[in-house]
Amino acid sequence: MDTTTEMQTTWKQLCALEEIPVLGSRVVKGTKHGDIAVFRTSDDDVFAIHDKCPHKGGPLSQGIVHGRSVSCPLHNWKIRLEDGNAEAPDVGCSRSFAAKVENGTVFLQL
Amino acid sequence: MRKLRLAMVGNGMAGVRTLEELLKIAPDMYDITVFGAEPHPNYNRILLSPVLAGEMSLQDIILNDHQWYIDNGIELLLNNKVTKIDRKGRKIFAEDGSEREYDRLLLATGSTPFILPVPGKDLPGVIAYRDVADTDAMIDAAAKHKHAVVIGAGLLGLEAANGLALRGMDVTVVHIADWIMERQLDKPAADMLQKSLEKKGLKFLLPKFTAELIAGESGRVGAVKFKDGDTIPADLVVMAAGIRPNTALAESAGIHCDRGISVNDTMQTYDPRIYAVGECANHRGIAYGLVAPLFEQAKVCANHLAMYGIGSYKGSVTSTKLKVTGIDVFSAGDFSGGEGTEDIVLNDPGAGVYKRVVLKDDKLIGAVMYGDTKDGAWYFQMLKDAQDISEIRDHLLFGNSHLGDTGHKGNSLASSMPDSAEVCGCNGVCKGTIVKAIQEHGLFTLDDVRKHTKASSSCGSCTGLVEQILASTIGGAYQPADSHSKAVCGCTDSSHGEVRKAIREHKLLSVQQAIDFLEWKTPNGCASCRPALNYYCISTWPHEATDDAQSRFINERAHANIQKDGTYSVVPRMWGGLTTPDELRAIANAAEKYKVPTVKVTGGQRIDLLGVKKEDLPLIWHDLGEAGMVSGHAYGKSIRTVKTCVGAEHCRFGTQLSMSLGVKLEKMLFGMYSPHKVKLAVSGCPRNCAEAGIKDVGIIGVDSGYEIHVAGNGGIKTDVAQFFTKCKTEAEVMEISGAFLQLYREEGYYLERTVHYIERVGLDHVKKRVLDDEENRKALYERLLFALQDYKDPWKEHAEKPELRRAFEALSV
Repeated sequence: MDTTTEMQTTWKQLCALEEIPVLGSRVVKGTKHGDIAVFRTSDDDVFAIHDKCPHKGGPLSQGIVHGRSVSCPLHNWKIRLEDGNAEAPDVGCSRSFAAKVENGTVFLQL
Repeated sequence: MRKLRLAMVGNGMAGVRTLEELLKIAPDMYDITVFGAEPHPNYNRILLSPVLAGEMSLQDIILNDHQWYIDNGIELLLNNKVTKIDRKGRKIFAEDGSEREYDRLLLATGSTPFILPVPGKDLPGVIAYRDVADTDAMIDAAAKHKHAVVIGAGLLGLEAANGLALRGMDVTVVHIADWIMERQLDKPAADMLQKSLEKKGLKFLLPKFTAELIAGESGRVGAVKFKDGDTIPADLVVMAAGIRPNTALAESAGIHCDRGISVNDTMQTYDPRIYAVGECANHRGIAYGLVAPLFEQAKVCANHLAMYGIGSYKGSVTSTKLKVTGIDVFSAGDFSGGEGTEDIVLNDPGAGVYKRVVLKDDKLIGAVMYGDTKDGAWYFQMLKDAQDISEIRDHLLFGNSHLGDTGHKGNSLASSMPDSAEVCGCNGVCKGTIVKAIQEHGLFTLDDVRKHTKASSSCGSCTGLVEQILASTIGGAYQPADSHSKAVCGCTDSSHGEVRKAIREHKLLSVQQAIDFLEWKTPNGCASCRPALNYYCISTWPHEATDDAQSRFINERAHANIQKDGTYSVVPRMWGGLTTPDELRAIANAAEKYKVPTVKVTGGQRIDLLGVKKEDLPLIWHDLGEAGMVSGHAYGKSIRTVKTCVGAEHCRFGTQLSMSLGVKLEKMLFGMYSPHKVKLAVSGCPRNCAEAGIKDVGIIGVDSGYEIHVAGNGGIKTDVAQFFTKCKTEAEVMEISGAFLQLYREEGYYLERTVHYIERVGLDHVKKRVLDDEENRKALYERLLFALQDYKDPWKEHAEKPELRRAFEALSV
C-alpha cells in the first residue's frame, strides 16, 4: 500500500494494534494538530479524531467507546468516530484524521 | 425476496407512532402504504385546542411532515377513505377506486364524535370537534357570529368553549351531569374549575338536556331548545358529548367489534393478519381516548409487526390535564371512593387549591387536584407503581419535594413560570427553550426532552419540574414511564430488574455475554448501559465475572476524578478521617513534586490534590503508596468515606469509640463497588457531629449501644436517614451495616442511591431481609465479605501490571 506523500500528508506508523484496547483509545500527543485520539472499535477498525469535544473541549480519548461513537467524559456528547460529528440533537464537529491498520500496525495520516 | 406489505388505514397519532416504532426496530421489513381520510399529514390532535385558542398554528402541530413519509419510503394517500377490506384476497379498496394488497393490515381509524340524535342536528352551524376542518369551522364562525353553545362539559368541550371565548364569542356550556368533567373530577374540584371558567366569561347550564336545535332565519342554526322548555340563542353549536370508536370498516369486513375493534394483548384483531391501535381499538373492554395509552399500544403493536413476538399490552392507567391556559386541573385513577377506600383532602377555596387523594390498602388509587397540580406526575407515578405509601402518608398531600430543593419550590407552577426562568441549573436551560423544543420536535417523553435540551440530564434534580412542563405543554399525552419496567437505555427494552435477573439466573459473566444473551439492539451497548451491565456482572458473580475496564467511566479506569480541563484529582484514603504526620508529609511532598496547583480538604475528611496530569497519575500514586496510602475511591460508584467525630477517645460527651469503629467499617468495605456511591458516618453521641443523619449508613453511638440509620442523602436533595435498628456491640454494627449494603448491592439498580432504592422496595422489605431474618443477614454479610476478600488497591495493581500503565502513556509520531 501507498505510504508516501499524498496532499502533503503522510502515513505515520503509530503503534501495534494490541496497544490500543478494544473499545478503547490512546492519545497521540504533540502533533502539529494538537492531541489526537486514536480509537479501536470492537471489530478492530481504528479511527482518529482531534482529542477535543466540540462542546466544551473535553478529552474524547477518555470517553466510553460504543459502536462507532464515543461519549465525551465531561457532558456525555456522543461523537461519531468516522467523521467527528456530534450525534443529533447536538451539533458540532471535531476534526477527523485518516487512520488504518496494516499487518497489525496502526498508521495515522498527518 | 419481496418485502412484506403493510397497509395502514388512518393517518393519526396512534397509527403513525406505530410505524415510527416499527421503523426503529425493523426498518426494511415492509413496504408501507398509509391511507388518510384527512388532507393533512400526521398532526398532534391534542394540540387542536391551542390552535383554536389562537396560541398555536396548524403548522406548529404537524408531527410528521410529507418529507418524513418520503424519507421512510412510505406511500401516503391522503384525502382518501378506505371503504372495503377483502380479508380473503388480502386487499383494501379506497373511495377513489385505488386498491392495495397487504400481508399485514393496521387499522388506526380513530373515533368519531357522538352526535346527539336531536332534531336539527344536521343544520349548518352544528359541528363536532374532532379535526382540523372542525377547528377551522369554529375559527371561521367565531369571526362572523356571536352566540356559541357547546354541548358537553368534558375535556374537549371545555377546551372548545375556552377557545371560542378567547376568539370573542359568547359561549354557553350545556351539560347533562350535575357537575362538569364528571368523569375526571369530583364535585368540589369541578365547582372550583367552573368558577374560574366563569371568570373567563363562560356560562354554564347544568344539568340541562338538549331537546332540539332550531333553525334561524338564514337557515343556519339559531337557537337551542331544552327539555324543560328554555331556549337560548346559538349561531354555532359544538357537539362534544363524547366519542365513538370508528368500527364501521372493520365491522363490514366481519372483524369482531364490541364498542371498538376487539384486540388481544398483542393488539391483534380477530383476523391474525389485522391489527388495530388507538381510539378505534377495544382492549380488555376499554377504548382509550387519551394519547398516552395509544403510544404504549403502538410500541407493542410494532413489536409484533416486526415479528419479535415479545411485547404485550396490559392496559393503562390514565391521567387527565385540561389544556386551558392559566387553569391547572389534574386527575388520575379511580377517585369514586367506595368500600375500603380512604380519602385525604386538602381544600382551600380562598387560595384556589383543592387536592384529594384516594387510598386503598396503603396504595394510591386515585388523585384529583385543582389549582396546584405540580405533584400530579409524582402521584401518577406512585399510582402506576402501586407503591406502598404508608410511610409518607402524613405528608402525602404536601407533595413531592423531589421537585427540588434547588430553588424551584417557590415558583412551583410550571405553567405560571415565565419563559425566561431557569429550570435546569446544571445546563442552564430555561423554560422557554424546553417548551419550544417540545413543540418544534413533537417531544413526548422526558428522555426526548433530555436529549434535545439537556434539561434534567445531569444531576436530575429538576426532573419533576421538567415533567411538569412536559405535562402542561402536551397535556394528557404525557405518560411518565413506570419505573419498574423502564428500559435500561435505548439499546434494549429490558428493565434493570430484568437484566439483573438474567445475569443471576443465567450466570452471565461479562458485559458482552449479557449484551448477547439479552439481545441488545446495539453491538456493544452505550455509555449508559455498559457501566450498569459491568456492575451487575461483577456484583452478582464476584471473582468470576470479568471486570471490563472499557465499560467503566473514565474516573473508575483512571482511579481519579476527571476535571473540566481534562486533568485529574487524586484523593488518598484516610481511614475514618484519621491521618498521621508521615502521611501529611508524603502528601505535601507529592503536591510539590508534581506541581499540584490546588490542595483542598474534602467534605469526607481527607485531602484532595487537584489538577494532576494524567501521565503523572501512576507516579504520584507510587509516591503516596510508598508512604502506605491507598486510593480513596473518591471517584467511584463505590464506598467513599466513613466520616467520624472524635468520640469517646477524646470528647467529653462521647459515649462510644466512633473513630475506631469508623476505621473498622471503612477497612471492611474497602474496594466495595455499589450501584451508586456509598457514604457512612459514625458519631460518638447523639450530638451527631459526624452528620450521620444524611449518610447511606449512619451510626450514632448512645450510652447503651448504637443506633443505625439508613438511606440518608446529603446531595442533590437532602434526605434524612431513616431509623433502622439499635444494637449493642460493634460486631453487630458491622454485620448489620454490611448485610444492608450487600442487599443494596444485590437489588439496587445502577445509579440508584440507597434512598431511592428504599423508596422503591420499601423499608419494610429491607428490615425483613436484614433484621428479622438472622440467617439471611448472616448470609448477606458473608457474601459481602467474600466479594471483598483479596481486594487489591488499584494503585498497587497498576504498579505491578505494566499493561495497565499503558493507558496513561501518550503515543507520539
